[in-house]
Amino acid sequence: MAVREFAERGADLELVGIQKRFPGFTAIQDLDLKIPAGSFFALLGPSGCGKTTTLRLVAGLEEPTQGRILIGGKDVTATRSHERPVNTVFQSYALFPHMSIIENVAFGLKRRRIGDPLVKAHEALKLVELDHLAQRRPQQLSGGQQQRVALARAIVNRPALLLLDEPLGALDLKLRRQMQLELKTIQEEVGLTFLHVTHDQEEAMTMADTVAVMNKGAIEQMGAPEELYDLPKTAFVANFLGQSNLFAGEVAGATDTAITVDVGTARLIVPKARAHRHNGAVTVGVRPEKVSLHTERPVDSAERNVVGPGRVLDVSFSGVSTQYMVDVPGHGTILVFAQNTGSGPSVGVGDEVYTSWLVEHGFGLDDGAVEAQRFAPDDSTTSIAAQRRDDLVAELEEG
Amino acid sequence: MSGEVQAAAVLGGLAESEQTESGRRPTGPVRPRRVGLGSWLLPAYTVIAFVFLLIPIAYTFVFSFNDSVKSNIAWRGFTFDKWLNVCNVEGGAVCEAFANSVIIGVVSTIIATTLGTMIAIALVRYRFRARSVISLLLFLPMATPEVVLGAGLAAQFLAVGVPKDMTTIILAHTMFCISFVVVTVKARVSSLDPALEEAGRDLYGSPAQVFWRVTFPLLTPGIVAAALLSFALSFDDFIITNFNSGSVSTFPKYVYISASRGIPAEANVIASAVFLFALVLVIGAQVSRAARVKRLAKLG
Amino acid sequence: MAFAAFATAEAQPQAPRKTSRIALLLLLPGILYLVLFFLTPLISLLLTSLQAPLEFGDIGQYQYAFNWQNYVDVMTAYWPHILRSFGYALAATVFALAFSYPLAYFIGVKARRWPLLQSLMLVLVIAPFFISFLLRTLAWKQILSDESFVITSLKALSLLGPDAHFTGTPFAVIFGLTYNFIPFMTLPLYTALERLDLRYLEAGSDLYAHPFTVFRKITIPLSMPGIVAGTLLTFIPAAGDYVNASRDFLGGPDTQMMGNVIEANFLVLLNYPAAAALSIILMAAILVLVGIYVKRSGTEDLL
Repeated sequence: MAVREFAERGADLELVGIQKRFPGFTAIQDLDLKIPAGSFFALLGPSGCGKTTTLRLVAGLEEPTQGRILIGGKDVTATRSHERPVNTVFQSYALFPHMSIIENVAFGLKRRRIGDPLVKAHEALKLVELDHLAQRRPQQLSGGQQQRVALARAIVNRPALLLLDEPLGALDLKLRRQMQLELKTIQEEVGLTFLHVTHDQEEAMTMADTVAVMNKGAIEQMGAPEELYDLPKTAFVANFLGQSNLFAGEVAGATDTAITVDVGTARLIVPKARAHRHNGAVTVGVRPEKVSLHTERPVDSAERNVVGPGRVLDVSFSGVSTQYMVDVPGHGTILVFAQNTGSGPSVGVGDEVYTSWLVEHGFGLDDGAVEAQRFAPDDSTTSIAAQRRDDLVAELEEG
Repeated sequence: MSGEVQAAAVLGGLAESEQTESGRRPTGPVRPRRVGLGSWLLPAYTVIAFVFLLIPIAYTFVFSFNDSVKSNIAWRGFTFDKWLNVCNVEGGAVCEAFANSVIIGVVSTIIATTLGTMIAIALVRYRFRARSVISLLLFLPMATPEVVLGAGLAAQFLAVGVPKDMTTIILAHTMFCISFVVVTVKARVSSLDPALEEAGRDLYGSPAQVFWRVTFPLLTPGIVAAALLSFALSFDDFIITNFNSGSVSTFPKYVYISASRGIPAEANVIASAVFLFALVLVIGAQVSRAARVKRLAKLG
Repeated sequence: MAFAAFATAEAQPQAPRKTSRIALLLLLPGILYLVLFFLTPLISLLLTSLQAPLEFGDIGQYQYAFNWQNYVDVMTAYWPHILRSFGYALAATVFALAFSYPLAYFIGVKARRWPLLQSLMLVLVIAPFFISFLLRTLAWKQILSDESFVITSLKALSLLGPDAHFTGTPFAVIFGLTYNFIPFMTLPLYTALERLDLRYLEAGSDLYAHPFTVFRKITIPLSMPGIVAGTLLTFIPAAGDYVNASRDFLGGPDTQMMGNVIEANFLVLLNYPAAAALSIILMAAILVLVGIYVKRSGTEDLL
């Protein structure tokens, strides 16, 4: 039966051994996840990683092949979507085109026969500052306004758990930043549990208390955004969440506090506390903004890793910082972000440079030796070509 | 829409069949949902509905093999005779009616498709004041019962003193086909990207060249669909024909007139042959389109 | 198919570009044709309906007059036929809608995953069009005749009384009308349902609506353009049909509809004014009904 009361506060969500197979592929394999009540949790990953399927499982729009879903300690696996104390802000917003804004917002309240649905719907619209448009139709609203209506339509029900399916994906950058802040404020105000699915790492990091990075149907790493960025566990996380310079090598020695890794011609030191593996083949890395450039070889020391010499392949200026690509023989291309504070050396394409970083800034991955390859971003030519082909096929099938 | 939403939405309903496919028993909780009536009720209904829709067609087809003597009501044994000697009955009256229907269908389709396509292009591509009046004039023939269309034309022919013959039938059929052609072609014209014509002009095409080399080829599928529809409407029309045919016989009219004394199996032969021809044509088009889509999906 | 065109009429033309003599040239022949062979016939129908018999004239000879008495006469003589026409057409429309909605839903929504199956099922829906309308109706007459296997079996099973008939009854006429116009109902419904965005249904379910409520509050309203187009495409031809109700087909002496009396008056009795008056009444009644219906269902933009 439909949930008749408002949730007092957010409930926690627990996924136990969830597996979801579709004919031909497995969307989610063995997922365990616990989201504490009242938190803002982001599920981050590239398209096809299973994050949206996870969300749909929680919403009750899909059934898990295996496993259980608990909301506030209650097993809801066998209940249907309309019986769960969960609401979703859909990526497409899915505002009913044949109803006015106020009818849309009051829809859930009416289904649950909660008193004064219109009063409560107007309150929710006031919260998103759109009460003056209550009588309009969704088609008459801008994308940002529709997004806010979708949010109001979900939170007006006071669900124990609010699901956000890339809700900001369709908005332009400026509006998106503004909505991110608003969403965060509203979450703090209403105290509900938010589960936010996105492929935008920046969005996930700005908004969420906890971020889980998902890849190929499994969670790669989970934690506070700073933690994930500072100490990625896998090459995937290191490159999906920001960018990283990765080096594959062999552990050559260890002290009480650090390991030494032979990488090509260089010997890199990584603190043991920052390395997931302490022997054998390992991959170590450092963030580009932690790397500095030198025109002369810096003095070797126990506090600093030095790689070089190499040649500057490319320099691109982006206002606050400049991005250098340095080709170091035996190490591939090293990426360096230098803040334009006026203190660094000025180098141009073709110059010979050295790169270095403080030992405490390096990290060691849990993966073995991986190909030091950067994650292919969504705008690569191959993915664009694949997308175009899919669109064409879809069009032909329609026509 | 991101890929996984689409895939999930598309595959969502397959969740239960997938378990049997993998041959694995779900170890998860017992799910009472989607096991109810809903999962098979609709497909079962669909099958029954199609059987119902096809019963009279099957009956007509089967009775085209009936070894009947005059009326084709009781089953008297199987024969190919009627298929082999369609035109031998009643001095070839069935075949004559059929031939008339084909001629009328072809001629009125050509006229209606030409006139209708011109209107459709004008409606989408040009601006003029009488647009709503013209739209109404095009809509009304589709919203008027055939008996009114037929009686109206017959009254006019009577008033003017035109004798009813093949020409009056063609004039009548063209009239009710035009609106259907306009609607069909118009959909195609409005889905056409005007940038294509602009590109044609940009690449030094004269207006006539742009029309015949860019616009017309792109409109062809819509025009072909409109022509087929127009032919089908004309070929099967009885009510309007009945008012405007005088002594000329068409296939539906032949059936109507012989209904009181019994229809020869030869009529079933002709109807079945037309049916099979149309079915093969349409299914062939669908299958080849599906194959094309599949081939394209495999590329890359 | 064009029947779907009613439902897709919203396809907005791109901003029409310019006024031109070419537009006139393109429009003129077709429009002139419709004026000559659609509009003026309606006017001559109207004039004929007011004609009076020629003094000392033969049967079928009339002169122009303003004899509105014709309308009173046909109303008095044929009011049962008029009522019957609209009653049968209404019943057939309701049955066709009930029959077609689940079918169109299966093809348009459930079968989306299999595009080939979907298009083959659509072919099956229009398959009856490929065989003569009259032969299909006659086939039903013979399948359901008093001596037929179906009826004799039903009688043997005592599901039908020993004296029961099928052909010649109002039920048979409504049955025939329903059968013959099902494709006109199914296709626009399919077009509307095929475009139904399932994410709205998911949103409804997410907002605590029971599947039945989702159907009533979301699926039905969103498929309304298809329902309106389908009911119009069924009701209009059904109201004017005279094949199904004809005695040689599924009808009997007590099932004659307006179409039958128009045909009889025009082609047999040569009472042109009566036939014309009945046609005008039929057309006017349909236009009024359609106008009210479209207004009430809130889909004016369809036309």
